[in-house]
Amino acid sequence: MYPIEQVEHLNAEVTRMVVRAPEIARKIKPGQFIMLRIDERGERIPLTMNACDPQAGTVTIVFQAVGATTMRLAELKPGDALLDFAGPLGNPTELEGARRACVIGGGLGTAIAYPQAKWLHDHGCEVDVITGFRTKDLILFEDELAACSSWHKVMTDDGSNGNKGVVTAPLQERIDAGADYDLVLAVGPVIMMKFVAATTKPHGIKTLVSMNPLMIDGTGMCGGCRVKVGDEYKHACVDGPDFDGHLVDYDDAMRRGVMYRSFEAAAREAAKGRLASEARDCGAAEPQRAADERKGA
Amino acid sequence: MARLSYEANKQQEKTPMPELDPLERAHTFEEVALGYTAEDAMREARRCIQCPKAPCMDGCPVGVPIPQFIEKVAEGDFAAAYHLVKDANALPAICGRVCPQETQCEGVCTRGRKGEPVGIGRLERFVADWAMSVPPACQPAEPADVMNEMEEDALRAEAACVVGVVGGGDLQPLKQSCSHESATGAFGSCGTRLVEAAAPDGRAEDVSASAFDAEPGTDEAFRLEQEGDLAGKWVAVVGSGPASLTCAGELAKRGCSVTVFEALHKAGGVLTYGIPEFRLPKDLVQREVSQLEGQGVRFELNALVGKLYSIDELLDEKGFDAVFVGTGAGLPGYLGIEGEAANGVMTANELLTRVNLMKAYLFPEYDTPVYAGKKCVVAGGGNVAMDAARTALRLGAEVTVVYRRGRDEMPARAEEIHHAEEEGVKFHLLANPVRILSTDDGWVSGVECVRMELGEPDASGRRRPVPVEGSEFVIDADMMVVAVGSKTNPLIAQTTPGLDVTARNLVVADEETGATSKPGVFAGGDTVIGAATVILAMGAGKRAAAGIGDYLLGK
Repeated sequence: MYPIEQVEHLNAEVTRMVVRAPEIARKIKPGQFIMLRIDERGERIPLTMNACDPQAGTVTIVFQAVGATTMRLAELKPGDALLDFAGPLGNPTELEGARRACVIGGGLGTAIAYPQAKWLHDHGCEVDVITGFRTKDLILFEDELAACSSWHKVMTDDGSNGNKGVVTAPLQERIDAGADYDLVLAVGPVIMMKFVAATTKPHGIKTLVSMNPLMIDGTGMCGGCRVKVGDEYKHACVDGPDFDGHLVDYDDAMRRGVMYRSFEAAAREAAKGRLASEARDCGAAEPQRAADERKGA
Repeated sequence: MARLSYEANKQQEKTPMPELDPLERAHTFEEVALGYTAEDAMREARRCIQCPKAPCMDGCPVGVPIPQFIEKVAEGDFAAAYHLVKDANALPAICGRVCPQETQCEGVCTRGRKGEPVGIGRLERFVADWAMSVPPACQPAEPADVMNEMEEDALRAEAACVVGVVGGGDLQPLKQSCSHESATGAFGSCGTRLVEAAAPDGRAEDVSASAFDAEPGTDEAFRLEQEGDLAGKWVAVVGSGPASLTCAGELAKRGCSVTVFEALHKAGGVLTYGIPEFRLPKDLVQREVSQLEGQGVRFELNALVGKLYSIDELLDEKGFDAVFVGTGAGLPGYLGIEGEAANGVMTANELLTRVNLMKAYLFPEYDTPVYAGKKCVVAGGGNVAMDAARTALRLGAEVTVVYRRGRDEMPARAEEIHHAEEEGVKFHLLANPVRILSTDDGWVSGVECVRMELGEPDASGRRRPVPVEGSEFVIDADMMVVAVGSKTNPLIAQTTPGLDVTARNLVVADEETGATSKPGVFAGGDTVIGAATVILAMGAGKRAAAGIGDYLLGK
């Protein structure tokens, strides 16, 4: 079992969770992910690391309660525990050598972009940060990102924070104004990463995007996470999750991304039912059942 | 004249094994083959004529003493039978279900020359299942179909000729010096003890090892028997499939402290994520794992070696004396044809992992869903293809298996093909998918295939399939499963300096000892020989355990 040490609801949709996993905390690097399973009936979901503390032995994840599993995850409290927490998985983002970078986060992707921006900043790279959200109430990691960037701009779709527009607009402006980026990182919705890559491509700026396709095992076994990169399909779990943004076929990724959409509503309903029943029995049965399953493991 | 210790059964066919009705089972994930009763088992065991050279044993990669255990079954001494099997085969309940017996023990059984071979696999399964249920006592059944002495003589004389024995008067069946007492150890209380030696960092601090029920004794030999000659040695086993479980079990038997590292959240490897419930109940796999835990083997789940720890870290920082790599062949193979990434197309690994490991067939009670269409094409002719086809069928699809060679060349176990057919899976043999058609929004709509004919034998000895020009045809489909082999995960190779691998990322290891190019690192199973069978992996795990033992003792 992996004890949950802290839970913080960053906004109505997004939760930050600190999980005790000392071995993983020693190893995990920006860009790598973990797979977790809440309990015996749970699915395995991949979440890219937001922060880690090797001394404290903790790994921090940030997630948005949009699906059955993340909705149930958001209900957990400090003192609860996750049944499974495996990592580090995937390859770390290739950050070495960058001197002038622009890190772009869209929505929840900002949580993953943060450790990358921080690593770059800590290693002497001059970092610009652009983040984008639907509305100002959903803005994430504003202070943290401001602390590790030399220039920081937050955009909102509805303009509620005073900056209406998409992330590619300031990116284009910076490039036009002579920002000499040798690396652009984009983490967020596929459509955002597609347009970031389209913006940097004419300028030949190295662009890495973090893909987050459907995944089951996370170790290269199932092939569910295939992403078309150039002429071939790669497994995001072992070959990624970062890929050359100029080679990824985003339309193909979006098409594959809907594969299980029809199941999601049923899963959410079932999760709501389980949340209700767990609330009734105060969650006593489930941890016991999980503990029984894991006896001796 | 004393001959068999039991009255032989002349019945030409195997004693039938009760099975779920095909129509019923096509909709359920419950186990298809129900297993023998004690009466069935004794009746089938009495079909064995105890031929002197026992060709069946040469056909067994782990060397199960087949005639001897069958004799015990025939006598109704199931405890002794189990002991004989278990001594050679760490996972008998599993092998009895998934071994390709027809190409191994049963393929060379003398009884198979006239009629069907002895159901060795079924008997192995029976004794393992019996041991798991540990019934109070088994009453011997009334003998049926007794051979008369003349028929028995004729059969046994023929057996002697077949195996090249000059028939003297002495055709006394082999007797294993195995008393009932010696078998009780397997069922006696397995005590645990605490190893008080300081545990190196990262290893279990209290490790229990098996203590066998035995008469008290004081000499060194007895101490070794109690604690094993590898007591105080530490071995890391990477992966928890059949090769690893066997290796771990063999080492634990000798008192070695073993930790198994498994990347997924459940132990068992392909036995857990790959082979379906209806063929190999998952409870049974977990019971084998628990039994190993009872022997003191420690399982560390969610630990992907190569990411969480490297092999070098296991040997250096973690202080293990040796490492066994049994990481299997878990990466999916692809057809490499147009349209393979269409929605609704998945690898067999994905389908089987969702269904077996994640229990997606119970969605939404379990959270993981699985897509199932109405018409499914499965590409491939191996056991994995059969498992995928029968799984898709149980999820509600009409299933057609497309295989590029003929029926005789299908690598799947005969029983699996037979079961698939019974359940209503259709076969399109001598056909090969060349293109996957999809709808405008990217979902599979059909599979274009080309007819094949068999040409000259290729390197594998099988006749090479050659496409028939202009013979393309389309099978309508809204689901497709690709089950065309699997590859080794390159992770260990990439993260272990000094470990020689082939161009296909197979670990190079000595066939007899499992030793690799890196001192202290051993390997066996699919990770060495490529995708093969459970029993071959177990054979390799067993040999590697012996190799590791020699290495640890400086032999």
